[in-house]
Amino acid sequence: MSEPYPADDGTGADTGEQWDLCLYVTDRSPKCLRAIENLRRACDQNLAGHYHIEIVDLLENPRRAADDQILAVPTVVRRFPAPIRKLVGDLADSDRLLVGLQLRPTGSLRDVR
Amino acid sequence: MVSTVLASLTEGAVGPGLENAPTGIPGLDQITGGGLPLGRVTLVAGGAGAGKTLLGLNFLVAGARQYGEPGVLMTFEESAAKVALNVRSLGFDLDELVRRDLLAVLAFRVDPSEIVAAGEFDFEPIFAILDDAISRVGAKRVVLDTIEVLFGAFGDDAIVRSELSRLVRWLEDRAVTVVLTGERGGGSGLTRHGIEEYVTDCVIVLDHRVSAEISTRRLRVVKYRGSAHGTNEYPFLISARGFTVLPITSVALDYQASEERISTGIARLDHMLGGGMFRGSTLMVSGTAGTGKTSLGAHVVNAACARGEQALMVLLEESPAQVLRNMRSIGLDLRPWVEAGLLRIWAARPSLFGLETHLATLARLIDEQEPSVAVLDGIASLSNGIPSTEVTTEVTSIVARKIDLFKSRGITSVVTSLGRGEDVSTVSVSSMVDTWLLLRNTEANGERNRLLFVLKSRGTAHSNQVREFVLTDHGVELVDVYIGAAGVLAGSARVTQQAAERDAELQVAEDLARRRRELHGSVIEHEAHLVAMQDQLDAERAEIDRIGLREGHQVADTEADRSAMAARRWADASPHNGETP
Repeated sequence: MSEPYPADDGTGADTGEQWDLCLYVTDRSPKCLRAIENLRRACDQNLAGHYHIEIVDLLENPRRAADDQILAVPTVVRRFPAPIRKLVGDLADSDRLLVGLQLRPTGSLRDVR
Repeated sequence: MVSTVLASLTEGAVGPGLENAPTGIPGLDQITGGGLPLGRVTLVAGGAGAGKTLLGLNFLVAGARQYGEPGVLMTFEESAAKVALNVRSLGFDLDELVRRDLLAVLAFRVDPSEIVAAGEFDFEPIFAILDDAISRVGAKRVVLDTIEVLFGAFGDDAIVRSELSRLVRWLEDRAVTVVLTGERGGGSGLTRHGIEEYVTDCVIVLDHRVSAEISTRRLRVVKYRGSAHGTNEYPFLISARGFTVLPITSVALDYQASEERISTGIARLDHMLGGGMFRGSTLMVSGTAGTGKTSLGAHVVNAACARGEQALMVLLEESPAQVLRNMRSIGLDLRPWVEAGLLRIWAARPSLFGLETHLATLARLIDEQEPSVAVLDGIASLSNGIPSTEVTTEVTSIVARKIDLFKSRGITSVVTSLGRGEDVSTVSVSSMVDTWLLLRNTEANGERNRLLFVLKSRGTAHSNQVREFVLTDHGVELVDVYIGAAGVLAGSARVTQQAAERDAELQVAEDLARRRRELHGSVIEHEAHLVAMQDQLDAERAEIDRIGLREGHQVADTEADRSAMAARRWADASPHNGETP
């Protein structure tokens, strides 16, 4: 079974595919600002140049929350590559972030666990 | 004035200052004194399938349709389409309410396996979505169903707890009336995650239990701040008309009491009851199997239809076709009434649906048929033949509520019950009935005969006598039993006794006739004798006369002879004779 994320050297950058992430926030609460920062950092480290983050402010667009089934913020959704994954929280724990979004290859994934 | 005070006491009036949001659920508004606390949060706790969601939806639909209070449903359990579909069978068209902007449905699926917890979070999106939906439809009511699924899904339950607490306060500030549903936990708490802690105003617990194959749903208002609510467990049911709570017995005994008597269709029974049943009263017929309880009920129905009144027959043991056939065999043809729409016969084994549904269906039939007379045939089968105390209690309460239903609608009812009269369920129901007839089989001389007793009849100087209950091919007849030295005789014993009596009477009559004949003969004889005697007497008297006469002649002759002789002898002339020679 082929992995949806790069498995050769452990970073998504080498696949050449553009990761599509969406981060839902409300306003600019400290939690949300932390999440934006943490997500950006992790992506820069692991997917340099190969990612896109959409930031959705649910206070401006509450119906997006209903449509996208978002109950808590901050929530980051990995829309591509499949499967869709959802992380809830300020992403302060970088290991959880990496595992949750599967930004690391299977080998090191096991180590984290 | 007094009655209003009484009513308010019995119905559990809400203290002043606390207003209500009516749920539109019959019975629930009654026991809570008007509905859920207005602008406050109510927790509805119960196990899976207990009816929590339905209660919430009923509340929303009633608000939107009847009370001009639009609502918002936020469900975490099902998709919006599924929710709408589930309640369509109950007559709730959610889509239509949504189209008319009277309702907003927000459905979320919370799948813990899809969500990875990664640090601190809050539920601001829920607030934002609710805020948006509430303002969009102008909601006054909000239902969150079942909010507890949020626990465990986000990793940190402490955050979920504080966020939910914040949500409850926020909703209260929005002055919307809220229903939260919570899953019943296994522990001591009302809900699995103790969400009753944030809800201080009203807690309702729903319970769905099955005992002896009969399911019963019950509702209890555990807490209702500032209100004297009914604290009992109340059975409720989910029917084609939604959610109904049934106060166990009538909250206020305020039935109308009619003076009008109606015929039972059996003239002699009417007579025994002092002229018939009171309209709106309840007659219970109890008796062992095959004593003719159904036939008696059929008579009452037949009499009602013959008067042109609507009637309802609820059969718990037989099919309508069976009863129609059986009644025809005793000369009661109910089919024309059915065809004319005057009589409605409904048959269902109560165990098929459960007791509440049975009661609900009965209520619906009453609404549809609006009968003036109803027969509930075979209440013993409600207990499914299981003589357990628990079941008996449930059955008793259901039967009591059925009788209550009849009485509250002013329907004259006949309830038939299988039992010997000392049956627990029969006795406990008997206090609710106005007239109680007992049909009993007596076995003697190789046959069973039916006897009818009037055990009680309220407000009536009723007969204390036993009658024999005879099923003939032209209906039920009540016949005087023979009461004599040998006790009560019925059936062929009565017939034999009557024949014997007739014989004896005949014998006596014959004896008398014979005696009369004898005397008559004797009199004639004596009279004849008398005549003969008289004749003899007359003859003798005549003889005497004749003798006297002859004696006179004799004297004269002698005198003449003597004179002649004297003359011949020229004897001295007798001065008497005057004869001169």
